[in-house]
Amino acid sequence: MSMTVRAWLIDDSPSSRLQARLGRAWRICAALMRNPLAVAGAVIILTLVLTAIFAPLIATHDPLKQDLAQRLLPPGAMNWMGTDELGRDIWSRVVHGARITLVIVVMVAVLAAPAGLVLGAVAGYFGGWTDRIIMGVTDIFLSLPKLILALALVAALGPGIENAVIAIAITTWPAYARIARAETLTFKNSEFIAAIRLQGASAARVILGHVLPLCTSSMIIRVTLDMAGIILTAAGLGFLGLGAQPPLPEWGAMIARGRTFILDQWWVATMPGFAIVIVSLGFCFLGDGLRDVLDPKSGGQQ
Amino acid sequence: MSKPLLEIENLRVTFPTPRGDLDVVRGISFALGRERLGIVGESGSGKSMTGRSILKLIRAPGRVSADRLSFDGIDLRELSERRMRAIRGARISMVMQDPKFSLNPVMTIGEQIAEALLTHKRLPRREVSQRVLAMLESVRIADPERVAKLYPHEVSGGMGQRVMIAMMLIPEPDLLIADEPTSALDVSVQGQVLDIIDEQIRRKGMGLIFISHDLNLVSSYCDRILVMNTGEIVEECRAGELHNATHPYTRGLIASIPRLDENRDELPVLDRSAWAAK
Amino acid sequence: MTALSLKDLSISYGDTRITHGVNIDIAEGESFALVGESGSGKSTVLKAIAGLAPQWAGSISAFGKPRSHGIDGHFARACQMVFQDPYGSLHPRKTVDATLTEPLAIHGVGDRNARVETAMTSVGLDRKFRFRFPHQLSGGQRQRVAIARALVLQPKILLLDEPTSALDVSVQAEILNLLKRLRREQNLTFLMVTHNLPVVSFLCDRVAVMRHGRIVEIADVAALKKGELQDPYSRELIELSADHAD
Repeated sequence: MSMTVRAWLIDDSPSSRLQARLGRAWRICAALMRNPLAVAGAVIILTLVLTAIFAPLIATHDPLKQDLAQRLLPPGAMNWMGTDELGRDIWSRVVHGARITLVIVVMVAVLAAPAGLVLGAVAGYFGGWTDRIIMGVTDIFLSLPKLILALALVAALGPGIENAVIAIAITTWPAYARIARAETLTFKNSEFIAAIRLQGASAARVILGHVLPLCTSSMIIRVTLDMAGIILTAAGLGFLGLGAQPPLPEWGAMIARGRTFILDQWWVATMPGFAIVIVSLGFCFLGDGLRDVLDPKSGGQQ
Repeated sequence: MSKPLLEIENLRVTFPTPRGDLDVVRGISFALGRERLGIVGESGSGKSMTGRSILKLIRAPGRVSADRLSFDGIDLRELSERRMRAIRGARISMVMQDPKFSLNPVMTIGEQIAEALLTHKRLPRREVSQRVLAMLESVRIADPERVAKLYPHEVSGGMGQRVMIAMMLIPEPDLLIADEPTSALDVSVQGQVLDIIDEQIRRKGMGLIFISHDLNLVSSYCDRILVMNTGEIVEECRAGELHNATHPYTRGLIASIPRLDENRDELPVLDRSAWAAK
Repeated sequence: MTALSLKDLSISYGDTRITHGVNIDIAEGESFALVGESGSGKSTVLKAIAGLAPQWAGSISAFGKPRSHGIDGHFARACQMVFQDPYGSLHPRKTVDATLTEPLAIHGVGDRNARVETAMTSVGLDRKFRFRFPHQLSGGQRQRVAIARALVLQPKILLLDEPTSALDVSVQAEILNLLKRLRREQNLTFLMVTHNLPVVSFLCDRVAVMRHGRIVEIADVAALKKGELQDPYSRELIELSADHAD
């Protein structure tokens, strides 16, 4: 059975649109599976997602429940990662923190990537004044350090996760716009775009239906690689007290609170730190693997 | 004919693919004297791979094997990469299809030709520049002093290809491999470039391997022709006797080319099954 | 009836004038060739007609209707183009099916499934290729897809930009035969740009020779076959081509 499914997927002459698409997805996955680092990255990301979904089942304690009698306990059988200064179980907080991290990452990706993609493609496709104006704005954003800009935005909007997400999204889209524009410029004068224009396609149709699909692979790679940066920025905002607000178990905020005890109770700051490092690495590995598989310069063989 | 310049026996070029090894050149043999040999074939026939394997320019994971691969008595198979570099350019040169990709865009033409010479010989500076100018003149560049100072993007395609030829011929090699040297050029320029190659080959008594997809072109510029198809030599004949070709592939190929006084209503199409069984 | 008419067509790119006052009238069902060397402006004429070189003066009209400078849907349905490089003219991430369906979707044509199948059959592409990506096709098959894409809207005029110069000779023969048959079956009008005179001799009725952006001669292909072109430059081209042939 599994052999026939495989044969169906790698069939050279698919008999339907669905089969052609699934076949391509299968080839990409197969190529990804041959890259050990990408697999490691995918496993980490999958673990993060599963942890976020099943957080209440995985956590051993209520992440918000304080127990001052149990303050700053070292890691042990009861509290696997120890407890913090209010007696909350750090393991449970890290597990629940996965939800917050995932929400931030997904929201930023959903907000920033499509915006950057469309703006960049429009700028690249039309050129001229459209290009100059859009790219001018993009350059203004790019010229400001990300964290500082995010800080300023959060300070203006008020602290909180939603505002942190908006602030981070506003700081990340310009990079995507640049990539989308560069990609669009390389395809804009190609014959297959000329051919579709000759069919009478509108500019919107050419951009959405023909240019963007070619930008998506480099965009997916870039977004995946940027995830680490987004998590760090979110953690940075949390650390500075401008991201998720207490008592929410956000990893950056947890590190900030643990900082006071770093010499005597190292685990309070270190455990969420580990979580950040591992998840960031996971995204980087996966991004690198995707780059090898999806890179349009390698001829789009997949 | 004197002792052959190049002898090849059972040359095989293999590339690994997910579905097993693929032979792109399947055990071909030929010898070359100081003559002009044309290798003709369609894309995928293995003609370019044959040319490259002589210079050991097949990149991994491709593999080359041969029972014999000797150039002027030197066994190329066993040669180290270092000694191979001394042969490339100095004794065997190669002209590629498109000058745009073969010339260094940030060096002037004069510098590049000089470098081609200096890589293999030590010469005083004055002599180098004299020889560069003489070489440019011999490839019929009217104003060599001006052209030597230009960058590759400042010259036309035909001029660029002549510069490539100058670069390849200045170390005075014994064998020139020209891989589709004129496919990127206009017909009128094509003729000039080929005449120049021809003239240089004759004057210096070199051997030439002219690789092309164009049967007519090869037959008018070579002494002898090898026709390749799917990695094998299917036909070998004197250039003038191409119309007497016996293999169905060669005959089919010749028939499928439209003529200037074309009156056929339909061009015959190659029937690949005719010889696939053999 | 005149299918395609160019009057005093001068095309520029920026400040550079590429062609100077080109006049051509092509009758319906005729196959017309535009020959010349690179830089003669022959491809630019084709681009201007198609709408890819909007900076022109003069007039271009198809079946008596002048065209605007931009790309318009009406003109697209009457006149389509086949490009030179079958590797560059197909979208690398779209299956044959998607490529052929797109023009129908743009023009809101119904019955797409049947039309795509008809188009594939008419260019001799087996049904098994329908959901393949371009990289799974050979050069000749790709060019067939490109021709099918041009024909799927059932245009009257086909612009051919060196349609076989990137192909092997055996494949070239197949594509030339195909073009000849399609023209007969669908009463198409061809305007082909090429540098290959034997191809003109096989496929065309009349030929215009271009040099430096001007037409130096328009003649019947019968005259070309006999080598009886008048202009010295045309004769030079014939000579070069004949040199080649043997």
